[in-house]
Amino acid sequence: MGQITLQQVTKKFGDVQVIPPLDLTIEDGEFTVFVGPSGCGKSTLLRLIAGLEDITSGTILIDGADATAISPAKRGLAMVFQSYALYPHMSVRKNIAFPMRMAGIDKAEQDRRIEQAATALNLTDYLDRRPGQLSGGQRQRVAIGRAIVREPAAFLFDEPLSNLDAALRVGMRLEISELHKRLETTMIYVTHDQVEAMTMADKIVVLRAGHIEQVGSPLDLYRTPRNVFVAGFIGSPKMNLIEGPEAAKHDAHTIGIRPEHIDVVESGGLWEGRVGVAEHLGSDTFFHVHDTGLAEMMTVRVAGEVNLRHGDRIHLNPRADQIHRFDDKGLRIQ
Amino acid sequence: MATKASRSAARLMMAPAVILLLGWMLVPLCMTLYFSFKKYLPLRGGDLGWVGFENYVRFFSSSAFWPSVQATLVIVGGVLVITIVFGILLAILLDQPMWGQGIVRILVIAPFFVMPTVSALVWKNMFMDPVNGLFAHLWKFFDATPIEWLSQASMTSLVIIVSWQWLPFATLILLTAIQSLDSEQLEAAEMDGAPPLSRFGYITLPHLSRAITVVVLIQTIFLLSIFAEIFVTTQGSFGTKTLTYLIYQRVLESQNVGLGSAGGIFAVILANIIAIFLMRIVGKNLDA
Amino acid sequence: MARTVTNQRKFINTVAAWAVGLLIFFPILWTILTSFKTEATAIADPPVFLFFDWTLENYRVVQERSDYMRFLWNSVIIAGGSTFLGILIAVPAAWSMAFVPSARTKDILLWMLSTKMLPAVGVLYPIYLIFIKMGLLDSRVGLTVVLMLINLPIIIWMLYTYFREIPGEILEAARMDGATLREEIIYVLTPMAIPGIASTVLLNIILAWNEAFWTLNLTAAKAAPLTAFIASYSSPEGLFYAKLSAASTMAIAPILILGWFSQKQLVRGLTFGAVK
Repeated sequence: MGQITLQQVTKKFGDVQVIPPLDLTIEDGEFTVFVGPSGCGKSTLLRLIAGLEDITSGTILIDGADATAISPAKRGLAMVFQSYALYPHMSVRKNIAFPMRMAGIDKAEQDRRIEQAATALNLTDYLDRRPGQLSGGQRQRVAIGRAIVREPAAFLFDEPLSNLDAALRVGMRLEISELHKRLETTMIYVTHDQVEAMTMADKIVVLRAGHIEQVGSPLDLYRTPRNVFVAGFIGSPKMNLIEGPEAAKHDAHTIGIRPEHIDVVESGGLWEGRVGVAEHLGSDTFFHVHDTGLAEMMTVRVAGEVNLRHGDRIHLNPRADQIHRFDDKGLRIQ
Repeated sequence: MATKASRSAARLMMAPAVILLLGWMLVPLCMTLYFSFKKYLPLRGGDLGWVGFENYVRFFSSSAFWPSVQATLVIVGGVLVITIVFGILLAILLDQPMWGQGIVRILVIAPFFVMPTVSALVWKNMFMDPVNGLFAHLWKFFDATPIEWLSQASMTSLVIIVSWQWLPFATLILLTAIQSLDSEQLEAAEMDGAPPLSRFGYITLPHLSRAITVVVLIQTIFLLSIFAEIFVTTQGSFGTKTLTYLIYQRVLESQNVGLGSAGGIFAVILANIIAIFLMRIVGKNLDA
Repeated sequence: MARTVTNQRKFINTVAAWAVGLLIFFPILWTILTSFKTEATAIADPPVFLFFDWTLENYRVVQERSDYMRFLWNSVIIAGGSTFLGILIAVPAAWSMAFVPSARTKDILLWMLSTKMLPAVGVLYPIYLIFIKMGLLDSRVGLTVVLMLINLPIIIWMLYTYFREIPGEILEAARMDGATLREEIIYVLTPMAIPGIASTVLLNIILAWNEAFWTLNLTAAKAAPLTAFIASYSSPEGLFYAKLSAASTMAIAPILILGWFSQKQLVRGLTFGAVK
């Protein structure tokens, strides 16, 4: 079991309100990702749930029980830190055993769980090494192993992949997702990388300045962003946002159209511009289009290879049913 | 980054250290302050009542006061100049590539670990003794008349002894500072056409300025209160009576506690003025 | 990239540095050599350097005559005891300041430092008086406490700078793993800080061992450590250079050896982190 509920939770550092009153429920077994730009309060929120910081007011419930005043050790949660936070003076085995040792679990059971975790995480050959002798990815796995053996109510991940190089990151992303499928335990995952959020989450919580901007499944957020901020934050490359007369044509203050929802046509498109940088990836081609008179720069994504170069004229046709409309407060017009 | 629980635990765990140091500072200091306004002669009648600022007036106007200030300044100033000038030269020398660098380093640092009473006695007897000291032999070798170091050149002798003790400290800190200088800066200056002496003046020396300040301040604080070196060599005679030694004599030798306490308060104030500058530097570093 | 230096240049450096190094070390070397001479050889004119009949006689005489072992034992107890007590009080304090810093942490640290700068002579009489009243004069307990107090700021500062290098996330991980504060300090912080604690201990033993104001003024015979033992040689009786040298060598040898091990940490400890 691992249902976590935040009720009217706030956090102040001195006079600075980092988290304004906030309500959120994370269902048992759900993979929830907190995503937002740096400084949005997502890590603080995770640390409040962990109990590493006191909340200023409000209530935190874990499986319905009030956990607000309970110390981090007793909340039954496990955390994987950005720096992995392995104990450098202990072997991998001892690192993984540490939480069980603290909980007074008997030696045979400890060994059984260590063995199990090590097999699942491919760490069997490294159990007697020190963390300093491991690669980044291996350290990451040890940190996860240390969390698993506690059999926690929920796992908390604080930007766990940001210290890994790009290739490893993709691999670890998959491993964590698979782990979740296998354990079916609640996981809360903090990242600033919207790709991680989209690929891993059951539920994404988009945060800005301590506020929840939107909560929903990855595709909900992609299809129907509730406001301009979410529209711009979710999706890669970013949604093109257009203001002015063109938006007014759609009875909106701002309209948004994703790069993949604009078609490139030979001639007679609705919009026209000049190709700036063209990124030819083979599978896709990204054009940065200037001089459209709509926005300073627009991004267009075309499947496959398209032979247009820097400085060429380009004709664009947005798909009308994929245009998002927002009012002057930035909220979605339905 | 903390919870209420850990903050209160922190306060609890800091308490013993804070209380002990507070007591260690305040209790004796208040007592000294108290005595400094009393005529207090433990062996000649004890507490003879309040005398206002008389002790201060007597301390500052006594014939021993100005000479003691002078002696203190000569020792502090002399040792500072010697240890810093030679410290910089030594640090630069030790920073050069050479064979057996580690051993040389150890040789240079060694005097710092010699207890003050030992170094004072060794210098006094085995080097500065006018008959059997090594210096006397050296002088005789050049057909000169040996100097009676500790009476004829008492201040010079003390400055030599104390400088020998503190040179390692200055060298070690300056060496650490030199080694933290980015060699690319020097190479850039070399590419810009700066000759070695300019490179030293424009790059190395400014880089060292902070370390030099730290050495000056810390040494000053320790040098103001040197005691054992005088205690085992001249016992304050031949013009080597520093402020510290004068106060010590007033308090323990002539048992005039009131007078000595007035001097003690003066010494505390003096040390604090220097300490403020040192703390500024240390404090700035804490933020970084 | 370090530039290759010609061997000639390196040779000149080496000769110069060794010459200066030996010159600075010479008083210690001379003391050690003299301690193996007879009293007559010790004051021979001209002085003999290496070629004499080496003897251990002085060490035996010093031992017998002055009860060297008692002074040594006092030094060991006072230096070791004050350091041990200091560490016991300083570890929790340094933990607090390093990992739960508040707005006042910096002020407290600087204030602690300022107590170190208090000139001893300014509080000599009150301490003397308190010691008499409490029967601590010439006692090892009294001296141990005083030396612990004068070095406590340095111990706390050194530990603080070492603790600050330990990432806070590791301690938080321990907390998440179910460790209590006590377990966190014992199983995680202390083992990680062992190198730092060790060099702090070393430096403080050296400082306490060599302290020569309070040890001279608060002891007479019973609790007198080696500093006082050596000071008693300041009034000579006849021929005594060799014996003085033997006594001196015995007094400085242990600390010279410890000091060589701790030289790297010395800078940090003595400058309160102002020079790195």
